[in-house]
Amino acid sequence: MSKYDKITVNTLGRAVPQIINGREAVPFLGVGKYKPTGRKYAPPISTCADYPADGNKVVASLREALIRCGLKDGMTISTHHHFRNGDLVANQIFDIAAEIGAKALTWAPSASFECHSPLIKYLDNGTIHHIEGSMNGALGRHTSEGGMQGLGILRSHGGRYQAIQDGDLHVDIAVIAAPTADFFGNATGDRGAAACGLLGFALADSQYADKVIVVTDNLVPFPCIPWQIHGNYVDYVVVMDKIGIPEKIISGTTEITKSPDRLLLAEMTARFCDEAGIVRDGFSFQAGAGGTALSIGIYFAEMLRKRGMKARFARGGSNKYLVSMLEEGLVDYILDGQTFDLEGVRSMRENSNHVNTSPFTSYNYHGKGNFASMVDVVILGATEVDVNFNANVVTHSDGYLLHGIGGWMNCLFSKCVILPIPLFRDRMPVIRDEVTTICGPGELIDVIVTERGIAINPLRTDLIDKLKGSSLPIRTIHQLKEEAERICGKPALPELSDDFIAAIKWVDGTVIDAVRKVIKP
Amino acid sequence: MATKATTGNKGKGVRSDCALTLEITSEGGINIELISKVNVLYGESIRKLCREILAFYGIEHAILTLEDSGALDFVISARLEAAIRNLTGDTREFLPEMLLQNTYQTTRDRYRFSRLYLPGNTPSLMINAGIHKPNGIILDLEDAVAVTKKPEARFLVRNALRALDFYGAERMVRINQVPDGLGDLDYIIPHNVNLILVPKCESAEQISRVNLRIAELKAKHNITGNVWLMPIIESAMGVLKSLEIAQSENVVALAIGLEDYTADLGTRRTNEGTESFFARSMVVNACKAAGIQAIDSVFSDVADMEALKENVLRSKSLGFDGMGCIHPRQIRVIHDNFAPDDAEIEKAGKIVHAFIEAGEKGLGVVSLGTKMIDPPVVKRAQRTIDLAVSIGKLSADWRNKFIESQND
Repeated sequence: MSKYDKITVNTLGRAVPQIINGREAVPFLGVGKYKPTGRKYAPPISTCADYPADGNKVVASLREALIRCGLKDGMTISTHHHFRNGDLVANQIFDIAAEIGAKALTWAPSASFECHSPLIKYLDNGTIHHIEGSMNGALGRHTSEGGMQGLGILRSHGGRYQAIQDGDLHVDIAVIAAPTADFFGNATGDRGAAACGLLGFALADSQYADKVIVVTDNLVPFPCIPWQIHGNYVDYVVVMDKIGIPEKIISGTTEITKSPDRLLLAEMTARFCDEAGIVRDGFSFQAGAGGTALSIGIYFAEMLRKRGMKARFARGGSNKYLVSMLEEGLVDYILDGQTFDLEGVRSMRENSNHVNTSPFTSYNYHGKGNFASMVDVVILGATEVDVNFNANVVTHSDGYLLHGIGGWMNCLFSKCVILPIPLFRDRMPVIRDEVTTICGPGELIDVIVTERGIAINPLRTDLIDKLKGSSLPIRTIHQLKEEAERICGKPALPELSDDFIAAIKWVDGTVIDAVRKVIKP
Repeated sequence: MATKATTGNKGKGVRSDCALTLEITSEGGINIELISKVNVLYGESIRKLCREILAFYGIEHAILTLEDSGALDFVISARLEAAIRNLTGDTREFLPEMLLQNTYQTTRDRYRFSRLYLPGNTPSLMINAGIHKPNGIILDLEDAVAVTKKPEARFLVRNALRALDFYGAERMVRINQVPDGLGDLDYIIPHNVNLILVPKCESAEQISRVNLRIAELKAKHNITGNVWLMPIIESAMGVLKSLEIAQSENVVALAIGLEDYTADLGTRRTNEGTESFFARSMVVNACKAAGIQAIDSVFSDVADMEALKENVLRSKSLGFDGMGCIHPRQIRVIHDNFAPDDAEIEKAGKIVHAFIEAGEKGLGVVSLGTKMIDPPVVKRAQRTIDLAVSIGKLSADWRNKFIESQND
């Protein structure tokens, strides 16, 4: 099976393969242009006759569960990333697979973290053929240098749901680590030692995988309430001593930034939203987990409090700041995709207005709508933006693949997409002639806020009109690029290999770009 | 003579800087070993710059090891020149281009609410300082620089004065205490510095020495612009001599430095500031008597904005016109609270409006109600309005709104 084949150029002018790991792939056709046909993928029909009538699906070990699921060469195994950098389960799966001697597996996590770098040895010895999900940090570096047999596939959270639902990503065995579960397989993320809030990223896996294993370190008597994951999808339940490291489950980026430069970015962004008329009674917003994004929430809260207004809903990642807005009555609902700290977990457990959502409700592009496009403003990050407002979140300017997409692509459908980013980071300019990798087409990206000026996408004449006469430093994107190059110098382009190491799939499953191998000096 | 010199900074937490070791050899040409996080984007241009500098000094054989954490060109040049000076004593200067936007002058009486201290040997803190819009930026060669790093900080500060965009902030340098600090002036004066802070000042005589050296350098480099002085009063003697210092030539403000002052008194600095009340009042009175500005000491708890605010209000009520800051987050609080309050702005608006109206009607005399208004009052009101607009307390078209409100 060839890693990739049939290179073509998509509508964004990017060279992409049409055969990826032996399967056909559609090149990106434009936003909203690709129309899927056919019916959704379905897992095999099960019968109660094959499952214990007393409901007890507990088996002795993860190894036994994987063997009973028929683990063998070439299978795809999925995991979720609600434990972030504190996950103790994914690595064990592949330790077992290697012991059994399974080869050429596909790992389909909803995201990977630094804690998964031990899996590099299984990429090297052929246990894992490729990863479909994200390749962060050391895994990304290894992949960039050509360390993966197959072609990596990166998808957004919504894209992952879409791919599983459409049958583009077939999961043989889903392993769902659950902070609390009962013997039937009902599971929840909102309580237990490894509490992570919710399990939304595992929803598609539970619904569509051939076999489903729930792994928990907190087995409660039936029924496990709430049952975020339905036991009716589950084949086996495994009990372990510890499935996650609580302090690492809480992500490191949930404190408000103390950096004066980032606070300035946050303040400028909040002022922009205000002057654009976005901050008003009943509005909705989403801000990511980074320190800058969190601070914007604080500025929103101040404005709402001062004016006696409130937001109708905020999309999570939730954290203590968003929770305090909810509890203060500055926002009616949190529609949450993942909880970033213990306050988020507590609130989700206790407050019925703190609602757990999934990539299906929030992001899936092959559904009858999703929440993302209803949000008034979303605040996102990027590693690079180009003069056409195309943005990159996965690679750095030196060509290395170091980050996943998360919900970033899906969020681009919000009514106003703002990227607050420093104009340069330690001499690395962020605004380029051309991004290293396109993850989001410029037509969906509305505003770039930098500490030295704000650029509005020329397509958004409405925003340009609203900001006329503003005291904010409104510039063109070209002016910002020139300013960065005046300060940093004009950067050379990285020399990259002709070989591809990963493909970036758009929210509809088409290939928006492909990442090249780096040439090591 | 040493053949090897090391300059710059590296290690955990060091950003936008570089550390280099230069060894001048007798053969083998120029060898550059570059370890840089921006190698892919700027490796070639960094090597080219280093070769250009070495060639400028006629160095044909050398081993240069450069560990770079994203330093801009002006930083790399400063580090390399410092190493070359150290090894060869060659006093020629390799100067980065002077940014056009850095060539402005400042007036004697401009607002100096906030002045942000930046350590003179830490480039990462310099690069974005101007975007936080302090009234002044101080590149500090004195206490914020380790003694062993002082020689190389001079090169960095000099290059920053040329290549770093100050975004309109008054360009200030704090030199070392006189007489050592006189040597700093050679590196500073030719590069359009607006104001020199003279630390631990205790006499008018010290200020004359600074003025004299500046005059010599201005003549030598054909400089016509003003270089203002802000002596810092940091001792009991300084406090008692503050009037003669305030009356010295080119002095536009006195600042007070309370850490050293309280140490000199043998007491401790408190938030209430009872121990420094006399000193602060002396400095304020000396300044007002001499017709210059009085600038208060920095407030060192950068996390406590409420305490800073109280401090500013107390400072303003004592008669101070501004204060130092050591973190960009303090700037806003200082501006908001030193700035004219709503009542002051409203009054100034009425006066300026009356003045413009009188001009339009061709009247020579400005009056408000039954009161005549003197020209200096109009001027002060205009400055209050300009300031209120510049800090966003008043919109640029305030007058239209004012007229509308009159017609309501």
